[in-house]
Amino acid sequence: MSFLDRYASVLSQYDVLGAFWVNIQLTFWAAIGSFVLGCLLALMRISPIASLRGFGATYVQLLRNTPLTILMFIAVLGVWTQLQIKLSGDFQQNFFNFAVVALSLYHAAFVCEAIRSGVNTVPVGQAEAARAIGLSFLPSARLIIFPQALRGSITPLGNTLIALTKNTTVATAASVAEASGLMKTMIEFNSDIVIAIFLTFAMCFVVIVIPMGLITTWASRKWAVKR
Amino acid sequence: MSGVNKHFGDLHVLKDIDLTVHPGEVVVLIGPSGSGKSTLCRTINRLETIDEGEITVDGVPLPAEGKALAKLRSDVGMVFQAFNLFAHKSVLSNVMLGPMKVRGKSKKQAQELAMALLEKVGVANQAQKLPAQLSGGQQQRVAIARALAMRPKVMLFDEPTSALDPEMINEVLDTMVALAKEGMTMIVVTHEMGFARKAAHRVIFLSDGQIVEQSTPEEFFTNPQSERAKDFLGKILNH
Repeated sequence: MSFLDRYASVLSQYDVLGAFWVNIQLTFWAAIGSFVLGCLLALMRISPIASLRGFGATYVQLLRNTPLTILMFIAVLGVWTQLQIKLSGDFQQNFFNFAVVALSLYHAAFVCEAIRSGVNTVPVGQAEAARAIGLSFLPSARLIIFPQALRGSITPLGNTLIALTKNTTVATAASVAEASGLMKTMIEFNSDIVIAIFLTFAMCFVVIVIPMGLITTWASRKWAVKR
Repeated sequence: MSGVNKHFGDLHVLKDIDLTVHPGEVVVLIGPSGSGKSTLCRTINRLETIDEGEITVDGVPLPAEGKALAKLRSDVGMVFQAFNLFAHKSVLSNVMLGPMKVRGKSKKQAQELAMALLEKVGVANQAQKLPAQLSGGQQQRVAIARALAMRPKVMLFDEPTSALDPEMINEVLDTMVALAKEGMTMIVVTHEMGFARKAAHRVIFLSDGQIVEQSTPEEFFTNPQSERAKDFLGKILNH
């Protein structure tokens, strides 16, 4: 049996695309979750209320500096096994949901910092002008600061999305049947073609991630705020 | 405003400022760099806080924070040195934003008001453009229209022509002179002696955070009383 035949037969025994589809779904939901939470945190960090600023800063420091794997274990072993809190009646869906929550909580810290870097690209005069016509904090954040800050943070947000995509492999720690878990299984039973299997999975990630980089670069140019 | 004091760290930027501006009056604040004139202007709508003293606008003491302060700011128009037009919004949206989001006007009413004001300041034909596509003078006139759209009781101008090329200064000053003639209450920080002569009722000379001298423009420019004012005028008029 030639190498290629062997490789093809191994691939045909496993649902590689199905496993990657799980990673893409994890990325999708966690991207939405972390973006919404990250926006709220960024809002807190620029708010005039000191306790909210403190909460936002503490959250970012804590979550950014905790390994994602540990968050996954806390979610599944702590929150589910120990505290008996379920996020879905379905056994597999429950793991998936916990993984999305852990990914969202973790990446929200990075989204928050990306947006805050975008806020720093907005000249202070914009906020002063908004206040001067009588807008209070929330309306001026929503109408003036955030629309400009988000456009200025497309590139760092894109970086966070790329990191998130690759970090979905950590969901294996929460027993989600995704690509890296499948890779481990495949390697275990087909140790003769380990390198080919590695490269297959690596290439699949590259194929998913490269367009993200291209799109964010294009979008950050297209939507740059002209000053 | 009475007994107003402000410090930036060790620097005492405003020293016991007492100032009353009457409705319809046009007051020009003048003085060397770092004399506190811009700071003074910015305390009136609380973009700068004060350490001591009292500021009242139309009989109401300046609120500390929150909705009451936002309400007061909506009645005080402000024009900045750097224009500060909302960079992601069209010229028209810049002027419509306040009437819609602060005054609760309908889109149609806001648009009519905004177009009328843009017409008045002479940039109606640029309404759909983004601020960055306009010249400095045009941007500043839009900024004046944006402030006027709130129907303010008083307008603050913080060095409105200092960031402009010389040939654009006049178009902005003309707009301001026209506004003064209509009876708008104005507090203007500027180095433009021409404007002070043409439109001001009173010139206030600040130096080192103090009001050193105040009088009519005629009196101030031809017959300054204090040494510091003489020195300052000597420098800017003979350069």
